Amino acid sequence: MARAVSRRHKVVVTLAAWSVALIIFFPVLWMILTSFKTETSAVASPPQLFTADWTLENYAEVWARSDYPRFFGNSVVISVGSTLLGLAIAIPAAWAMAFVPGKRTKDLLMWMLSTKMMPAVAVMIPVYLIFLRTGLIDTRIGLVIALMLMNLPIIIWMLYTYFKEIPAEILEAARMDGAGLWGEIVHVLTPMALPGIASTMLLNIILAWNEAFWTIVLTTTNAAPLSAFIASFSAPQGLFYAKLSAASAMAILPILILGWFSQKQLVRGLTFGAVK
Amino acid sequence: MATHSSRLAARLMVAPSVVVLFIWMIVPLAMTIYYSFRLYRLISPERAGWTGFRNYAWFLNSPEFWQAISNTLLLVGGVLVITVILGTLIALLIDQPVWGQGPLRILVISPFFVMPPVAASIWENLFMHPQNGMFASFALGLGMKPILFMEQYPMASVIFIVAWEWLPFATLILLTALQSLSSEQLEAAEMDGATALDRFRYIILPHLTRAITVVILIQTIFLLGIFGEIFTTTQGGPGSASTTLPYMIFKQAIAAKDIGRAAAGGIIAVILANIVAYFLMRGIGRHLDA
Amino acid sequence: MGKIQLTRVRKSFGEVAVIPGLDLTIENGEFVVFVGPSGCGKSTLLRLIAGLEDTTSGVIDIDGQDATNLPPAKRGLAMVFQSYALYPHMTVRKNIAFPLKMAGMAQAEQDRRVERAAKVLNLTDYLDRRPGQLSGGQRQRVAIGRAIVREPAAFLFDEPLSNLDAALRVGMRQEISELHQSLQTTMIYVTHDQVEAMTMADKIVVLNAGRIEQVGAPLELYNAPRNIFVAGFIGSPRMNLIEGAEAARHGAHTIGIRPEHISVGDGPWEGVVGLAEHLGSDSFLKVAVDGIGTLTVRAPGEVSARHGDRIRLAWAGKLHRFDAEGLAL
Repeated sequence: MARAVSRRHKVVVTLAAWSVALIIFFPVLWMILTSFKTETSAVASPPQLFTADWTLENYAEVWARSDYPRFFGNSVVISVGSTLLGLAIAIPAAWAMAFVPGKRTKDLLMWMLSTKMMPAVAVMIPVYLIFLRTGLIDTRIGLVIALMLMNLPIIIWMLYTYFKEIPAEILEAARMDGAGLWGEIVHVLTPMALPGIASTMLLNIILAWNEAFWTIVLTTTNAAPLSAFIASFSAPQGLFYAKLSAASAMAILPILILGWFSQKQLVRGLTFGAVK
Repeated sequence: MATHSSRLAARLMVAPSVVVLFIWMIVPLAMTIYYSFRLYRLISPERAGWTGFRNYAWFLNSPEFWQAISNTLLLVGGVLVITVILGTLIALLIDQPVWGQGPLRILVISPFFVMPPVAASIWENLFMHPQNGMFASFALGLGMKPILFMEQYPMASVIFIVAWEWLPFATLILLTALQSLSSEQLEAAEMDGATALDRFRYIILPHLTRAITVVILIQTIFLLGIFGEIFTTTQGGPGSASTTLPYMIFKQAIAAKDIGRAAAGGIIAVILANIVAYFLMRGIGRHLDA
Repeated sequence: MGKIQLTRVRKSFGEVAVIPGLDLTIENGEFVVFVGPSGCGKSTLLRLIAGLEDTTSGVIDIDGQDATNLPPAKRGLAMVFQSYALYPHMTVRKNIAFPLKMAGMAQAEQDRRVERAAKVLNLTDYLDRRPGQLSGGQRQRVAIGRAIVREPAAFLFDEPLSNLDAALRVGMRQEISELHQSLQTTMIYVTHDQVEAMTMADKIVVLNAGRIEQVGAPLELYNAPRNIFVAGFIGSPRMNLIEGAEAARHGAHTIGIRPEHISVGDGPWEGVVGLAEHLGSDSFLKVAVDGIGTLTVRAPGEVSARHGDRIRLAWAGKLHRFDAEGLAL
């Protein structure tokens, strides 16, 4: 919708749009600012946007008192691991549904998405017991499996949308050229769908990173990721606002930055192909 | 491309996904059904046995249950209404020529990347806290009494927090849809004498229908299971004022340690989710690209 | 070698029989064109030969060997697709070498063959570019290059020129014909454009609703169409088909006269000129002839007739007669 507009109009719209965007972003900004304040200035009334006594003390203390590197490591392993495992299972499935569609393909996709509608709490006890008996409880591999299953429908659906944009003729050409099924997927489909696969990967890393139900239910200490860390931090620490903010910032900044860099691809992936 | 061999290969390729998802769905579901007919309390595990539909009866007769149902629907509906309406307005605003659209999008999408416990804790502590929150400071500054958000308006507060988390998703999808609208269509409408409001009503809104259905479908999937935000803020209280169905089940399982009742609640939740899913998929699933 | 024989080949998708049963022999070295209106089954037939679709029943022999159930890669055929189907993430060199790589050929031999194909197709300067950086005609050549390096038993072309503009199409048509002259390999070419069929083919197969209407050399089809469908499909502008009293006078249900076989000036028919297109080399007229209907006339050179003029016409050339079933008499 590129329309020639007057400069004044553009100034007004820019001001309005930036005001709205800053309001939406303000809580995050405020949390980051608070994380650099002393506890006293963090609760100062009236609130101060900037203070004179900036400090890194809160970060140091959170770092010292909790085992941040371990939580961080768990978050990375669990979110990346569950996404990669999910992709390994989902790529063949999405290939099949996109290029060899049958009468039931759409029903199958809908069914997969509907499994996500089952409230996690409803099946919490059985899943907990299964994990307990199989020794998967509080292990990274256990969470990798749980989060992979949780996000698998989304991964399949996103890949399916991307794969459908690839002309079937190219895969047929590969088949004529003597590529087997494996060659077709490895040499032709995957490289062609790489942008789509990358955005699927990013979105699912973000979803897994931010997951805060199974990570809390299925871990205690060893495999707990940052989402479990922050849940445990907010409960007993009471009113240590600056430290709470520092811990929160440490939990969300890695993924926030990743998200910023990839927001263009993400938005496309999020629409499930329904919005071009 | 459909030969017997490729169709066979396709089945084999879909099989792992279908099998693991089916197991992930059916095994816990079957166990939940089993427990829902059992007397099973962690406090007194020796008193185990079949109880028929008593767990269900307890759940359905509990006054908290109906409140939980209405709270769940209120949460889903409230967040959908807020995010779709505000999302449309913000998308219309950002879609116009502005300076710095890139950074603007980055600011707007940010809440989406904040994990639910952090989002809830930022709002609860830094903003809505009755002593130290920013809103309380403003109220005091204006000479008013601070609002006790989590006590007086627990559901509204939770809906507000969740809506903040999901507003970026709705905004960006609607923005993407808006950007695909051809300016020629709008110019033609303008030539035909349509006012700005007419253009929104007859050109822009129909164009957004598909995007809005996607927003509703995806958000509902995630909103039906909202848990972390309530756990971090109101804990379902005061009383059961902000208890949703998932949270009520959680309380039965963890606080009351009554696995049987929690399981019965879980089955009820699954049935309700399926009803919602059915209507959702039937009503708007066809808009998805399958 | 590249002799392909189809015996009672049937293809149905569910209840719909796209090809209800068809026999055809393609000799080694022939340039065969499948032509017909869209939906006539010509592309399906090509895909059956390629192995991209299963035959419902019947036998496909390639060089005397039953290939009905062989996967595409094992049939020794190469295909050029309508959209070219180039691999966008590979350079031209890698695109052309892909089938050789899949066959596990030694790198040196791959390079040798790619260089040779590139030279034949004038692609040497573009070998390190990606398909996205090439023009339509160049992409077409890459697709052909990918086919020829395999030295296949036969080439399959699926409407390969339909995405090119008119000028390029004529050029590519000649290039493909020259390629056939120099390789002497069997080529099967699918098109809906009868001009392509007439100019390139040794043998044309006219298809309609999955059935073969006629097989023959281009001029055979032009001079002796077996039925009304072929008569109407081959030749441009279309043959005039006249029913009623005028046809009965010639002892037929329908008579057909090609536009180029009607002369302007004197003759038994009189009519009013409707549309008149003057191309210089030819003049095309639509004439509403009394008692017959509208006839298309193609007169060589310049004709002075204008819209609304009354002119007289005569047929000067072959007249085709058809019975009530549409078969030639």
